[in-house]
Amino acid sequence: MNAPLNLAELRPGFSEPVGDSQSVFRALLTATAQPGTRVEVGKALTPPMGLNAAAAAVLLTLADQDTLVWLEPSLRGGAIESWLRFHTSCPLTDHAEEAAFAVVSHAGLAAQMLSGFNQGDAKYPDLATTVIVMVPDLEAGPNLVLEGPGIETIAEIAPQGLPDSFWSERADLVAHFQFGIDVMLCTEATLVSIPRTTRIQSKGE
Amino acid sequence: MQVQLQSIQKLFAMTQSYTDEFVDNTQKGSAARQGWLSTLAKAPASEVLRLWEDVVAPESQVLRPAETGMVMVRGRTGGAGNPFNLGEMTVTRCAIRLATGETGIGYVSGRDKSHAYVAAVADAMLQSPVWHDQVRDGLIEPLRQAADERRDAISRKAKATQVEFFTMVRDRKA
Repeated sequence: MNAPLNLAELRPGFSEPVGDSQSVFRALLTATAQPGTRVEVGKALTPPMGLNAAAAAVLLTLADQDTLVWLEPSLRGGAIESWLRFHTSCPLTDHAEEAAFAVVSHAGLAAQMLSGFNQGDAKYPDLATTVIVMVPDLEAGPNLVLEGPGIETIAEIAPQGLPDSFWSERADLVAHFQFGIDVMLCTEATLVSIPRTTRIQSKGE
Repeated sequence: MQVQLQSIQKLFAMTQSYTDEFVDNTQKGSAARQGWLSTLAKAPASEVLRLWEDVVAPESQVLRPAETGMVMVRGRTGGAGNPFNLGEMTVTRCAIRLATGETGIGYVSGRDKSHAYVAAVADAMLQSPVWHDQVRDGLIEPLRQAADERRDAISRKAKATQVEFFTMVRDRKA
């Protein structure tokens, strides 16, 4: 069924799986309840090449044998796949539309339409895919202003490296609330969660 | 007791098939590896830890800290051989890597985390030509002999109570 795992180059996961995943989970709750808040996760992790530490921490915390994970094609088949399967036992899928979690790098987004992910079900909007986007930096890119539930006035982020079409594509999808996707922007050590309820504008507008 | 023995044997079989998944294709002698993994899995924790004290172990990196969980032990019904769930048993597992690159895994019955850790380190050392002989002679062989002796003792005890039935053949012609 599954190819044998290659353990020769496998990197370790959390050093204390229970405590570490609980503290990451708590940080994710804060981040998602207050979109735009930067939280530090995965500082002590040494994930495989190509996966940044915050994204790795999210996957170790949330992925398990009941969550289908979709990896960007360039991340498949190598150290990341073995690492994820070894530590989380999660099944991987080739079909973006059935994934509970999707992992893409900012470069991989150009090839993957956000509408290709699961947008949720009218009865079960929680089934929508949570897209974990790896970006190099959250401060160096174009400024964005966030508004919506969980944000008192406004919040500002400046993620770097996202394609121009990303935010407009997202806006089209979340316009059909309660459908839509939730996004987590991950860098090496910090993470910003952007649920589908958040409204986003470029600062110039 | 019988059920427990069976389940441990099943665990042994399961450990074998599970470790197959991990066996690196480049490593030769996966049958030998199955052998020592099963010896480590079935040996009592106290015995493993006592013998381990005399083994000089190199430094290792923990890939997956020892964790305890339940494993469904499956058996086969007689005759048709259909699988059925015999019951769950407690298993502790651990994975480590030596500085020289060998990855070791330990799956042991029970809740003893140091037992699982030692099994993982021993597995890694047995894969390395540098450490193989030391661990084989210092740990695996004594454990295997102790296991053989235990099995023989049980067999002897059972054999002592064996009753030989015989049937008197009547001469019906008379």
